[in-house]
Amino acid sequence: MSSAQIEIQLIAVVVAAACALPGVFLVLRRTAMMSDAISHAILFGIVIAFFVTEDLTSPFLVVAATLTGVLTVSLVELLNRSRLVKEDAAIGLVFPVLFSIGVILVSRYAGDIHLDTDAVLLGELAFAPFDRFELFGYDIGPRSLYLMGGIMLINLAFIIFFFKELKLATFDAGLAAALGFTPWMIHYALMSLVSVTAVGAFNAVGSILVVALMIAPPATAYLITDKLSRMITLSVVIGVISAIAGYWVAHWLDVSIAGSMASLTGIVFLLAFLLAPERGMVAIARRRFRQKWEFAQTMLAIHLFSHEDQPEADRECRFDHMDEHMRWNEDFSEKVVGRAEENDILRREGEYLRLTDHGRDLARTAMIK
Amino acid sequence: MDLGAVFHNLIFDYTLRTVALGSAVLGLVSGSLGTFAVLRRQSLLGDSVSHTALPGIALAFLLTGSKAPLVMIIGAAVAGWGGTLLVISIVRQSRIKMDSALGMILSVFFGFGLVLLTFIQKRPDARQAGLEKFLFGQATALMERDVIVMAILGALVLIIVGLFWKEFKLLSFDREFGSSMGLSMHRAEILLTTILVIAIVIGLQTVGVVLMSAMVVAPAAAARQWTDRLGLMVVLAAIFGAVAGVGGAVISSLTERLPTGPTIVLCISGIVIISMLFAGNRGLFWNRLRRRRSRKKLALEAVLLDMYELARQHGDREHGHPLTTLQAMSFRPGSVSHTLQVLEEKGWVLVNSAGEWSLSADGYKAAEKQAAAMEAKR
Repeated sequence: MSSAQIEIQLIAVVVAAACALPGVFLVLRRTAMMSDAISHAILFGIVIAFFVTEDLTSPFLVVAATLTGVLTVSLVELLNRSRLVKEDAAIGLVFPVLFSIGVILVSRYAGDIHLDTDAVLLGELAFAPFDRFELFGYDIGPRSLYLMGGIMLINLAFIIFFFKELKLATFDAGLAAALGFTPWMIHYALMSLVSVTAVGAFNAVGSILVVALMIAPPATAYLITDKLSRMITLSVVIGVISAIAGYWVAHWLDVSIAGSMASLTGIVFLLAFLLAPERGMVAIARRRFRQKWEFAQTMLAIHLFSHEDQPEADRECRFDHMDEHMRWNEDFSEKVVGRAEENDILRREGEYLRLTDHGRDLARTAMIK
Repeated sequence: MDLGAVFHNLIFDYTLRTVALGSAVLGLVSGSLGTFAVLRRQSLLGDSVSHTALPGIALAFLLTGSKAPLVMIIGAAVAGWGGTLLVISIVRQSRIKMDSALGMILSVFFGFGLVLLTFIQKRPDARQAGLEKFLFGQATALMERDVIVMAILGALVLIIVGLFWKEFKLLSFDREFGSSMGLSMHRAEILLTTILVIAIVIGLQTVGVVLMSAMVVAPAAAARQWTDRLGLMVVLAAIFGAVAGVGGAVISSLTERLPTGPTIVLCISGIVIISMLFAGNRGLFWNRLRRRRSRKKLALEAVLLDMYELARQHGDREHGHPLTTLQAMSFRPGSVSHTLQVLEEKGWVLVNSAGEWSLSADGYKAAEKQAAAMEAKR
């Protein structure tokens, strides 16, 4: 591995971690689409700030883009509160306007500046190591590594210091307000962090893929765990793994690194969606399958139990009666009886089915339930 | 440039005519279909569909090597449709909510689209040039054959809306009722989603994936302000969309280096803002005016009733009362003196040389009527 490769991966890892941290709360608070709106709208702030500073890595850009992000959130809230449109439409109205103004400004002055919308939207991680950060004349590494590292630490610090507030405002906003916390302040603080992170990351991965890194790893973690702190850790780990794997896939196929990282986060989500221990599709299907047989066996046990030692027992407790009583076909009945025998619920005596003591207990407890 | 010249160009300038026609078709179709998306609170589905279309466009090119409009549209539609189905099934099968599913699918598909685009660009042949125009749209590259394809597909979509009007209406407002009438709401939903996808992909080439979502949401949001009827809302949204499309095309043709897509979006956003402020029933401007009027009327009635009460208690209508008394009785003391002036202009109250106020005969009658009306309401 060359030093440039190591640096690219380091940046990718830091970007992924920085995005996953606020992303957890976006997913839990059902405001994931705000990240999409913010990441588009900040183009406006970036362009304005760029006109002033003419430097794509100026800290002023971060400030301007963050303000644009907050502006986006406030405009959405304003529209939403006017009750003229619903929240989803409000989001869909606000960001295209800011984005359009951004695109128009860029193309009006395209000849004079070195900024094009492709770069903002798509990003190019491979170029990141070329922009060096120098301190006292010494080269101490790529600039975006320091920028994103700083943003990651800010996000981490915010979550650690305001963990209680975040948790409360996320899961029970009403209680948070009643206890004297201000959920709307947490909301705006979080949205500011999303804006800062998006603007920091747009250089490296572009503004649309920021959304993938913010939403997909936390959504994946949400399928795996129920504990907030574990979800945060897991999101970061999943983001980092997707970033590194994405880099190598991109390297191998010679394609866009950012696109490949985003694709990987999607693949990891798909894996979790299918294979997660309790909530995965496979686990759910297996549980349903097991429940189907358990239910059939219990039904059979209850049926036998209620007719046992009754005058009609001769007729009711026969194998071929199940077709009439349970509407089971012979094949299914055969399987249920076979499984029930295996589980020591009943015994076959010729055509007759007799409950064991264990089977009687099962029927009794099932009926009490 | 004067209006005459604009019209002349609209008809005789090939590029402008094509772009304007294309944008009109796009606005018309996405506006009418967007109505259903907005009413069903799925405004952001447009955003998701347009982003997820990108890998479809790239794959269609990879598989066929062709950039024919129909090939691109089919590729985009298949991917957009697949992405939407994924969103729906993720929401239905897991605890992931709609917003997360939308955001994730749109960005992951977009990322995958980028991977494919960069893969295509690395290939030696030069035919691939121009696929990126789908990102931001390149209306000026529209050709007559593109517009014809757009118009045919758009007409198809609108015919389907007409044929399944009843189902789509039920789906938007009362799904359960629709099911109970024996209509398959699930099938109607899939059909509606499918034609929404078609409506979105035919606009991609003109305004691009990023801004296409605005063309779905904005015309419908504007139309919603003017009417409470679905039929009228669809028609208005279609008109707004088409007007913004043509307007954006013309404005960007008049100015150098003004991209068409964003200009169209700003036009439709302008229509939204005007609608929100000035639309008949819901407009913020009229609303505020109405509220101010009713507040004034209430203040007037309150002071009148207070004076009526005083007159009755004293058994003497002409007995004057100082301003401070009336202010003490009012819940908004600051407005009392202004209200008294208004009442005096109407000839309902009189003021004596000591600055004390009393009801006139007319005012007493009006107050009596007012009090009786309030009694009746109770």
